[in-house]
Order: sequence, then structure tokens, then C-alpha cells
Amino acid sequence: MKLRKRPKSIFPLLNGIILCLVGALCLYPMLYIVFASLSEPARIMKHTGLLLGPLGFTFEGYTLAFRNPNILTGYMNTIFYVAVGTACSLAVTAAGAFVTSRKDAMLAKPIMLGIIFTMYFSGGLIPLYLLVNNLGLYNTRMAIILVGLVNTWNLIVMRTSYLGIPDSLEESAKIDGASPLRTFTSIYLPLSKPMLATMTLFYGVGNWNSWFNHMIFLRDRAKYPLQLIMREILIANDMSSMTNMNTVGTYTNDMYQVLVKYAVVVIATLPILCIYPFLQRYFIKGVMVGAIKG
Amino acid sequence: MKTGLLPRLGRDMRRNWPLYLLAVPMILFYLIFCYGPIYGQIIAFKDFSPGLGIMGSPWVGLKHFEAFFQSRTCWALIRNTFMINLYALAFGLPAPIIFALLLNELRNPLFKRTVQTVSYMPYFISLVVVCGMILEFTRQDGVVNDLIALFGGRRTSFMLDPGWFRPIYTITDIWQGLGWGSIIYIAAITNIDQGLYEAATIDGAGRWRKMWHITLPGIRETIAIVYIMKVGQMMSLGFEKIILLYNGMTYETADVISSYVYRMGLMQMNFSYSSAVGLLNSVINLVLLVIANKVSKRLFEVGMW
Repeated sequence: MKLRKRPKSIFPLLNGIILCLVGALCLYPMLYIVFASLSEPARIMKHTGLLLGPLGFTFEGYTLAFRNPNILTGYMNTIFYVAVGTACSLAVTAAGAFVTSRKDAMLAKPIMLGIIFTMYFSGGLIPLYLLVNNLGLYNTRMAIILVGLVNTWNLIVMRTSYLGIPDSLEESAKIDGASPLRTFTSIYLPLSKPMLATMTLFYGVGNWNSWFNHMIFLRDRAKYPLQLIMREILIANDMSSMTNMNTVGTYTNDMYQVLVKYAVVVIATLPILCIYPFLQRYFIKGVMVGAIKG
Repeated sequence: MKTGLLPRLGRDMRRNWPLYLLAVPMILFYLIFCYGPIYGQIIAFKDFSPGLGIMGSPWVGLKHFEAFFQSRTCWALIRNTFMINLYALAFGLPAPIIFALLLNELRNPLFKRTVQTVSYMPYFISLVVVCGMILEFTRQDGVVNDLIALFGGRRTSFMLDPGWFRPIYTITDIWQGLGWGSIIYIAAITNIDQGLYEAATIDGAGRWRKMWHITLPGIRETIAIVYIMKVGQMMSLGFEKIILLYNGMTYETADVISSYVYRMGLMQMNFSYSSAVGLLNSVINLVLLVIANKVSKRLFEVGMW
């Protein structure tokens, strides 16, 4: 048998170039913000075109951002919502996934069907808003934690991973007289550590980046997370409620805004961007598990 | 011997109650925060006033639905919702597939891993920041316009131009979801039997024929599932991004049903009317999902149920 000889293809080279470009496009916008945040405001305001490095060098933006009381409380609030929200979500999701993955429990299936139905038909925004109001949760941090307590997609992923744990382990625990709670905490939780890491990342990032529920359920600025403060700075372009003589100092309002705008984006985004590459193995697994059983 | 459902259920409860106790928080969450609002939808058929409560408010039948269909905005909203989703399906669905196929052709593992890791990054940037970047870069004196001017083009205020809303929305959506969306296809590609490729090579198949006859058929079930999921989220997805990006100038192309519900309901406090529109939205969503599932079963023999 003779193999046909092919002319050397230019495809690998072309492909490499295309993918390099894609990578650059994914990376550059954030890089631009980082460069801009370190640049001197007067120069960045006059600059046109791409940035290949900071113009001048100053940390002033970061100093000012951290000195701004709104941004500081926002940051604290975000950390609170992420920590408490993620912990509660993890506990409820893991326990719920464990119960609905039991094959010998009659109600496991009906409960799961009832949950999956809510993925396809939801009550909508307005009834949810009225409900939260009626429960007296409006303008409470509790509302944020409760409304986002379980993400159905995450629950399905968690449940699927539990379904993959052999029944024999549970059987032997049962023979030894272990209660369901015991089986859950001493067999299932330890075995699903990688999946718990994935869930922590999913819920954590979700809570860190979330803003809409906060916007409709909170009134006090003192409870706003960083994302809402950033919305005012970036989207509404309005910093009037957070600038005064004390905060602005020697800068003009425009300069102050430019300085703080870029710095706050970096402050709010960099923590997650530094963490995710190390959790890559886990979240890839999470996405795959969800796809199989979707 | 067969026993009735109730006795069996009773026995199950007696045996498994400690187990069910573990699920109580989750069940309560779904009952209150998912089924509660579904019950609350009945205000769409009432003239709800907060003082009277859901039960006490008078029934008005289909009044709010009729009002919506007779309003001037109704068809524009439906058209916009449909168009933005059409863009998302036409461009947003193939993009991660193509990206995964191209990645699969890379031979250098380090390069491949680096591109992959970098491509996930936009997914982790918050929507507020992404929209902030879009507004910043597309400003009259922003980077995008600087580049256009550099090549002799005219500066445009992209975000104030209704004609640009859908393209910008779609392009940035692809940017944010490209890497993340490709994970599932890359996984599916790795599961394809390597023997098939070897056999095809011996038969003289080149890169493209292998891609077309082995890789694509190998991931078609995955494509089908993703497509159904996308359609299933059509009516709700993207609405947070839309309300961050749109403004009075671009309502004409940007305002979709869900953003309209938000504006009518939470900004103008038209609770019953906006609930009616929202309910309509949910029902259309369900219908689309059922249709997508049917189509997928016919074409790919894959369905969600």
C-alpha cells in the first residue's frame, strides 16, 4: 500500500497565528485597563490609540480608590456576600444533591423533577420582587443570600457526581449503622472534594460578579457590593455621590474619575483572574459533568 | 404482592426521614423562591395593588395582555428579542465549535494550554466591568474609534447608534463566551475513538475530511444539547447585559421583552401589567424549548427528554 504524498500544508502556521490573535484579543482589553490604571491621568486623557505599557507610572489611582469610602465599603460588602453566600449555597446544594441522588428514596425523583421544572418555567422578575417585599426581606443582606441560595445547574452537576460514587460504599456504611447524615459527611463529602472545589469557584465567582439582585433588593448604599459601585462609575459615569473635597484632593474631578475608574476595575477583577488558572482542572470537570447529564 | 402508593410512601418516610431532613433547606428554597413567584404570576390576571395583596386584588381577566398587544412597542419588542437571539444562535453557537476544532489541530501542548487558559479569562470578568469596557472602548474618543481614525475611517458613537447595538452585543458575547463554551466541545473531541483517525489517515483522508467526517459527527450530540440549552434560555438570557448597555437612543433595537418588563415593573411600578408581559415571556420560552427539543430529536436523534 502506498501513502499518497501531500504537499506541506500552511495550515498549521495559519492556525497558530489565528489562535495567537484570539488569545491576544481575550487578554488585551484587561491588559489595557491595567496599563491605564498605572498611567498618569493627564497623559492618559490626551492619549489616542492602543496602550503598549503604562504612560508614566503612578499608584495614585489605587491609593485614591482605597481611600474612597464607597469603594472600601463596597469591597467589604462583596467579601461578605461571597463568603456567607458561597458557604450557605455549598451546604444546601451538597446536602440537596446527596438526597436527590439516593436511588432507594422514593421522593428523590419527584423532588428532582420539581426542581428541573423551575429551570424551564420561572415565575418571573416582578412576582419575585413582590415576594421578597412581602417576606420583609427588602433592603436586607439576607435577601441577597436567600434569593441566590441554590443554582439549579450547580445542583445537577453536584448530583451527577454523587451518582458516580459506587453504591457499595453506602451499603457498607449502612451495615455499620451509619445515619444518612453520617454517610454524607464521612463518605460523600470527602470523596467529592474536587467537585466541592468546583462548586466553590462557581458560586464564589457568581456571587463576586453579581449585581442585579443587589440593585433591585437593596436601597442603602451602605449595603452595596463593589459591582454596584462600579456600575455607577463605569456605566452611569456618575461619581458625584462619592466625590467631595476630601476625596478628590489636588486633582480635578475629571482626573480623579479617570484615576479611580481604571484602578477600581483592576481591584475588582484581578483577584478572580489570579485564582482561576489554578482551578482550571476542576472547573473543566464541572462543565463536563453538567454537559453529560444536562 | 403489590402494595398501594400511600402505604409504600409511608414506609419510605418512616425509613428515610432523616435523609429527607437534610434536603429541607433546599426544598424550602425552591418552594418559596421558585414556586412562590410562579404562584405570584396570577397578578397578571388581576389589578394588583400592594395594599390589597395578591388575594384581595380584583380579577381583570386578560386586560393586561390585551393592553400589551395593543401597545405600540409590542411588535418592536418581539422583533428585538427574536433578532438578538437569532444573532446569538447564528454566530454565538458556531464560534466556540470552530475555536475547539482549531485548538484540536494544535500539536504543541504548551501553546494549546496557554491559549485555552487565556481564552477562559473573559468569562470570569463581571458583566458590569465588561459593559464598562464596551462603553469605554467604543466612546467617540475611545480606542476603537482611535484605530478607525488611524486607518482613515470616520469616528462613530457606537453605543448611541441603534444600528450598532446588536453587532456589538453579539461580538462581545462571543468574546466573553468563546473559551468557556469550547470546554465542552474539547471534552467531546477527546472522547472520539483515535482509531477512527488512524483508519482515515490510512485511507488517505486529509485534515479537512477528518474534521468533517469524524470530528464533527463525533461531537454532534454535544452540539445538539448546547443548542437546546441556548434556545431554552433565549427569552431571559442577556437581559442584564442589555439593561447595562442600552439607553434611550438605542431602545429602538435594544429593548427586549425582559428589559421592558424590568422597566415597566420595577421602575414604573406597573406590577400587574409587567407581570403579564413577563408571563408571556415565560410561556414563549417554554414553547421554544419544546420546539427546539423536537427539532433536535428529528435532526440529531438527541433530546432533553
